[in-house]
Amino acid sequence: MEKGQLQEYWQTNIKYLVGLLAVWFVVSYGFGILLVEPLDAIRFPEWTGGGGFKLGFWFAQQGSIYVFVLLIFVYVALMNRLDKQYDVHEE
Amino acid sequence: MDVQAWTYLIVGLTFALYIGIAIWAKAGSTKEFYVAGAGVPPLANGMATAADWMSAASFISMAGLISFMGYDGSIYLMGWTGGYVLLALLLAPYLRKFGKFTVPDFVGDRYYSNAARTVAVICAIFVSFTYVAGQMRGVGVVFSRFLEVPINFGILIGMGIVFFYAVLGGMKGITYTQVAQYCVLIFAYMVPAIFIAIQITGTPLPQQGFGSMLTPEYGGGYLLDKLDGLHEQLGFTAYTDGSKPMIDVFFITFALMVGTAGLPHVIVRFFTVPKVRDARISAGWALVFIALLYTTAPAVAAFARYNLINTVSNTQYAELPSWFKTWEGTGLIAWVDKNDDGAVQYVNGKAFAGKPAFTEGEGAEGQRLISNELTDNSNELYIDRDIMVLANPEIANLPAWVIALVAAGGLAAALSTAAGLLLVISTSVAHDLIKKQFNPDLSEKAEVTIARISVACAVLIAGYFGINPPGFVAQVVAFAFGLAASSFFPVIIMGIFYKKMNKEGAIAGMLSGILFTAAYIIYFKFINPAANTSENWFLGISPEGIGTVGMIINFVVSFVVSKITPAPPEDIQELVDSLRYPKGAGEASMH
Repeated sequence: MEKGQLQEYWQTNIKYLVGLLAVWFVVSYGFGILLVEPLDAIRFPEWTGGGGFKLGFWFAQQGSIYVFVLLIFVYVALMNRLDKQYDVHEE
Repeated sequence: MDVQAWTYLIVGLTFALYIGIAIWAKAGSTKEFYVAGAGVPPLANGMATAADWMSAASFISMAGLISFMGYDGSIYLMGWTGGYVLLALLLAPYLRKFGKFTVPDFVGDRYYSNAARTVAVICAIFVSFTYVAGQMRGVGVVFSRFLEVPINFGILIGMGIVFFYAVLGGMKGITYTQVAQYCVLIFAYMVPAIFIAIQITGTPLPQQGFGSMLTPEYGGGYLLDKLDGLHEQLGFTAYTDGSKPMIDVFFITFALMVGTAGLPHVIVRFFTVPKVRDARISAGWALVFIALLYTTAPAVAAFARYNLINTVSNTQYAELPSWFKTWEGTGLIAWVDKNDDGAVQYVNGKAFAGKPAFTEGEGAEGQRLISNELTDNSNELYIDRDIMVLANPEIANLPAWVIALVAAGGLAAALSTAAGLLLVISTSVAHDLIKKQFNPDLSEKAEVTIARISVACAVLIAGYFGINPPGFVAQVVAFAFGLAASSFFPVIIMGIFYKKMNKEGAIAGMLSGILFTAAYIIYFKFINPAANTSENWFLGISPEGIGTVGMIINFVVSFVVSKITPAPPEDIQELVDSLRYPKGAGEASMH
């Protein structure tokens, strides 16, 4: 592959990484740790059946983990598309 | 059938299954032995990774810890899952493209240096042994409680099973056995959790149940609010609030995440899949399978906490259910009647100093007597945190076969992790040390034989440590994560994302990160344990969280050193370029 094109492919990959890792940081360290107190003032709505959850506590023990799973699958989808676009995917 | 008969039946069946798989998946070549021929489908690899990762500690101890820590338990939940995001995004695909067998392989080749490889091998062996001793102990505890054989005999049986399938099948045997073990352990974890969720909240989903209302028989109202109230009454910090300082929670969580992503037995799993894109997705599958247990654990913790307080608090000893006395018999529960009222007072504070030292004879109510020095608070109860998951089905009055299932699940968790670790140790010895350092002309057949012999030796050493546990096992777990966080993680990240990183920078960074982290942990855990309080900590960061600082030091030192020393050779920079796109990954190569 040409140097310039590889550079471009790599830059896009880095851009995805920065975006996804920002979300990774915000849900766990942000919502689950640094902002846990203000968020704990908010509760899940009654109809969800989880009205006992304070939001900060929920992010720390449940929500962050669900988002982690989601982030990996989003990254996989983005990269599979990018690999095809730059024709660097495996046969 | 009683619990013991059920346990023999279920544990026997699962062991027969593991042995059957081992015979079917016998390994022939080094490639099969080290990386399962790089032919494991991503979904199966995800399951195997999950079983490999979830140890006796995750299965047996974690919910118990959270149960007693409340919000602070989040450090384990986030810390032991968030690392997979880092693995999938920053490490796994590139290491798969690199296409060798081990982490020291990568460090040695990328940094064109045998010294760097040696540092990596030593770290890998140390981290893995630390871990494996704890697994063997877990096997012993489950055997002794449920099959009523002595702990040491239980460890011998466990060793025999691991020995059989790890020596015979290598990574291939281990991987397919782990798939089966995952199924056993997740089933064993979910069944009691669902039972209990229905029992006390009326909803089958534990993840939802622990945020919902208690059924009227249990008093109604939101479970978590009730727990907060009970905690306040008994003098504990509210369940949903933490007592650790925020900065420490932050640093411990980070060290656990980065440590996870740097553990050699986790990283090596991504060498076993056929393609780069499989490495990415199998990290995703692994986290799905892990998340199933990790989102259930905090629910189990809250249910168990509520059941425990409700059952024992202010109950007459004579009226306590039988599980209390069974576990008292194993020495993991102790009660001292400080005010002579015959009832259990359970409030915040330690009932007595240290672990219970039982003496002969019985107290007025028939309880086991202890000789420890009593504290002057009014708490009368000692409970070992490890029993929460194992005793949970009994506390909730579930049928005998569920209790037996939990025993089989605990064994599956311990054995699968032990096997994965033993393989890393044997690969490090046979491949990274003997083949790479001493005898490069070693034939493939001889290498597999040496790898088999080193697995066998590693099983024996691990068993020895399981039977004679060094007092420091619990303390060195902080070590394993701290070292992985401060050594492997930065060195691999920079090897991929910073093309100009050179040998001098990497070695200087690894050494400074490890030395700082090790010195800090050794000082507070071994040299001066009395000073291990937050006033004396650097910035209020505990030894468990110091790996994060070690990692930062590693990054800074290696960056600065690489700036003032010669750039890496041209062919290394080309190697880094080729890691960055998937095409042409091919199969894991023999060099």
